[in-house]
Amino acid sequence: MSFAWAKPYEPKHPFMRWLDERLPLPRLAYGAVGGGYPVPRNLNYLWNFGFLAGLFLTIQIVTGIVLAMWYYASADGAFNSVEHIMRDVNAGWVIRYAHMNGASFFFIVVYIHIFRGLFYGSYKAPRELVWMLGLVIYLLMMATAFMGYVLPWGQMSYWGAQVITGFFSAFPLVGEPVRIWLLGGYAPDQAALTRFFSLHYLLPFVIAAVVILHIWALHIPGSGNPTGVDVKDEKDTLPFHPFYTAKDGWATAAFVLLYALFVYFAPNYLGHPDNYIPANPLATPAHIVPEWYFWPFYAILRAFTVDFILPAKLWGVLAMFGSILLLFFLPWLDRSPVRSGSYRPLFKTFFWVLVADVLVLGWCGGAPATPLYVGLSQLAAAYYFAHFLIILPLISKFETTLPLPNSISESVLHGEKKEAAPAGAPAHSTTVAG
Amino acid sequence: MLLFRAIKYLVGLAFAGVLLLSFFVGVSTYISSPPEPTAEEEFHLEHKHLALASDGPFGKFDNKQLQRGFQVYKEVCSACHGLSLVAFHDLEGLGYNEAEIKAIANQWQTEVPSVNPDTGEAATRKALTSDKFPSPYANETAARAANNNALPPDLSLITKAREGGAAYVYSILTGYRAQPAELVKKFPAAKTPEGLHYNPYFPNLNLAMPPPLTADGQVTYAPGNPAPTVDQMAKDVAAFLVWTAEPKLAKRHASGIAVVIFLAFATGLAYLAYRNIWREQKAKVRETGPLEPEHQAKSGRAKRKAGVAG
Amino acid sequence: MATKASAGVTDHTEGSASEGVRRRDFLNVAAVSFAGVGVVAVALPLIDQMNPPADVLALASTEVDISKIAPGQAIKTIWRKQPVFLRNLTPQEIQAANSVPLSELRDPQTLAERTKPGKTNWLITMGVCTHLGCIPLGTGEGENRGPYGGYFCPCHGSAYDTAARIRQGPAPRNLDVPEYEFVSDTTVRIG
Repeated sequence: MSFAWAKPYEPKHPFMRWLDERLPLPRLAYGAVGGGYPVPRNLNYLWNFGFLAGLFLTIQIVTGIVLAMWYYASADGAFNSVEHIMRDVNAGWVIRYAHMNGASFFFIVVYIHIFRGLFYGSYKAPRELVWMLGLVIYLLMMATAFMGYVLPWGQMSYWGAQVITGFFSAFPLVGEPVRIWLLGGYAPDQAALTRFFSLHYLLPFVIAAVVILHIWALHIPGSGNPTGVDVKDEKDTLPFHPFYTAKDGWATAAFVLLYALFVYFAPNYLGHPDNYIPANPLATPAHIVPEWYFWPFYAILRAFTVDFILPAKLWGVLAMFGSILLLFFLPWLDRSPVRSGSYRPLFKTFFWVLVADVLVLGWCGGAPATPLYVGLSQLAAAYYFAHFLIILPLISKFETTLPLPNSISESVLHGEKKEAAPAGAPAHSTTVAG
Repeated sequence: MLLFRAIKYLVGLAFAGVLLLSFFVGVSTYISSPPEPTAEEEFHLEHKHLALASDGPFGKFDNKQLQRGFQVYKEVCSACHGLSLVAFHDLEGLGYNEAEIKAIANQWQTEVPSVNPDTGEAATRKALTSDKFPSPYANETAARAANNNALPPDLSLITKAREGGAAYVYSILTGYRAQPAELVKKFPAAKTPEGLHYNPYFPNLNLAMPPPLTADGQVTYAPGNPAPTVDQMAKDVAAFLVWTAEPKLAKRHASGIAVVIFLAFATGLAYLAYRNIWREQKAKVRETGPLEPEHQAKSGRAKRKAGVAG
Repeated sequence: MATKASAGVTDHTEGSASEGVRRRDFLNVAAVSFAGVGVVAVALPLIDQMNPPADVLALASTEVDISKIAPGQAIKTIWRKQPVFLRNLTPQEIQAANSVPLSELRDPQTLAERTKPGKTNWLITMGVCTHLGCIPLGTGEGENRGPYGGYFCPCHGSAYDTAARIRQGPAPRNLDVPEYEFVSDTTVRIG
């Protein structure tokens, strides 16, 4: 991809020219994140979260590799090896807390990044594949985080593994054999622990590879922007370096400051005390809960309490996986040609209802399964499925959108320059063939 | 083709439908047979408030208190509770010197498991400073046999492993009392069984551990320390257990302050550099004229600025 | 650097513009330097964590009871996960060691230099051959003590004398003497 006005890579230094003729990596970097990648000039701070996600992936990989130098993947020794890291290994406590909280922050960043995509229609043509690769990254992140949480072999590690692998037994016929195959035994034990360690070490590198594809797919059409209007000419863009490197730089410093506050002053706030108890297969904790980033899905899982053709447990598992899988179809569920929620008032209202709905689901997922919380999660989960599968398709058919700016630079300049009639959405309401 | 388009609506209706069905069944069950109240719900108490030197972002350890707490652990708790993640030499963090630690290890009432070098049989030996605190029981079975089938937990991480932390430990130690008559009247099935002890700070109200701190002066503190009341001993051992759970706490707070100050500066500098680089781009935007109604980009603020209604 | 995009920007005068550019460059340089310091500050603990942890360092010294070692006997013990030989030299062995001229030694050292004053009969050395790290024979009853009556390494034939000095074979140095001190007449602390 390139916009015609993208600055070409012209190495001046003889060494750089020598390198460029043999292995054009600096050229690649220049065109991807350097002065040679034109980016819309009107990006807001929600566009920083892609870079932050890459940063936290790096933090997790670096701290993880170092932790793996001391961690001992044995059912007898794992818990003590983690405490050894905390107490005896030089700087071990900061590396462990950084990794533990880094996982939470990776999810915070990714959730904001996803909701940015939902609001601004980043999943729409021509960026459908960027969206789907992103969902693949999200699924890999969830698998990695789940397996990572098992490794300290605390009470929540063990019982979380028990519950999650228990999902598979919900499937008729193949369920139980698959569960036993996953665990390498009848319950989480040595075999499960060592294979989870192996895969937990592997998957982040798979994630990194998919991230490269994700960015590559994005750079073909170029970055989206808050208006959803395509880039028309040079006035609409700025080179990534130095403008967005500077913006990413300062936002990174601010976000890492927030991260440091958790690592140094509240390192166990996002965790659960029960994981400081060594795993005991004979004692179930009072309330088994996963980490907070899984709470909405946990709420959906527990919301199904009635058998209806299928057993309730199977409904729960299908809905839990379904809630993510339906997102793959989003570019075809929401067919509005107007991308950005800024110009879709009805869509915008429902978007904020969705945000509130997901927060309610999250809150219910972390709470005990009492009638109040189960009831709330039933209503909230019902809305979630209705939102994506019924409401969005109908809205995109029938809504009245606001007029779009003619171009990005025009929107930035607040209408000072009028341009020729643009491609993109017409100025008034439409009925778009669904 | 139409069926294809319809699938999304059908799937959505299916999930939402089953969920709403579950909801209505749940509501009707709640109305027809509401859940029974439990003794725990009514009589369980949230932990008391406990202020320690280690609290807060600037928290440090009070070594004198930690030493008193260690003394309480040594003379009262170590009979049943292990401290297996702490090594004797770690006590230098409390301000003891090498000779004192060597004496503590050497005189510890439980010996460390070892092998007789002549016969090869299992034996015990005196603890070295490099050893971890030995558990009072050989294994879980022995522990349960000696404690009416209850397992006294290892205390190394107890303040991190319980909701409420040190305040919870302090509340348990000072919370023993007679079971209230109204509880027995309302929930006869929840009467404290033989061998357990009533303590409203414990999640299910009845605890296998008998009150360990029964009288003031149970432990004798060295001169220059506060009087060893039950309350004081409980506070001191709770503070000690915060240290055993996280010996690096004070270091963490101190490094944290340095890191946060550094990052605050870095953020400030980085922000100024950003504004610097964007200056001309931002300046251009500010030179613009009023919004034209048919080209509104940003709603609320831009509308107000342009004086455009709605 | 900051590119001038399209129309509409009024220039400041040349002089203050270049002043401004220098000031602006400084700010950017300052910000990047701060970031650089941050990166180094992060790298240091990541590198330091590979150093021995506190529990290994706590095992850095070990006390050994030597009361049961008769003259002419030796024992092996472990210190920092490696073998250490503690030998009680007989007067004949001490005499043999002292009568060797230093010029004959590959690694010249007297017995006095390798023992503590007043305790020259106590020879405490690492049990690791200085060639490639095998454990030499000679501590146990009946083991081969080599042609010089000290220790003998079976791997490549290095022979040490009664003061554990290298006399023959490929080893470059005498058996290393670790840091040690006599805590009492019957106890030695190594390390």
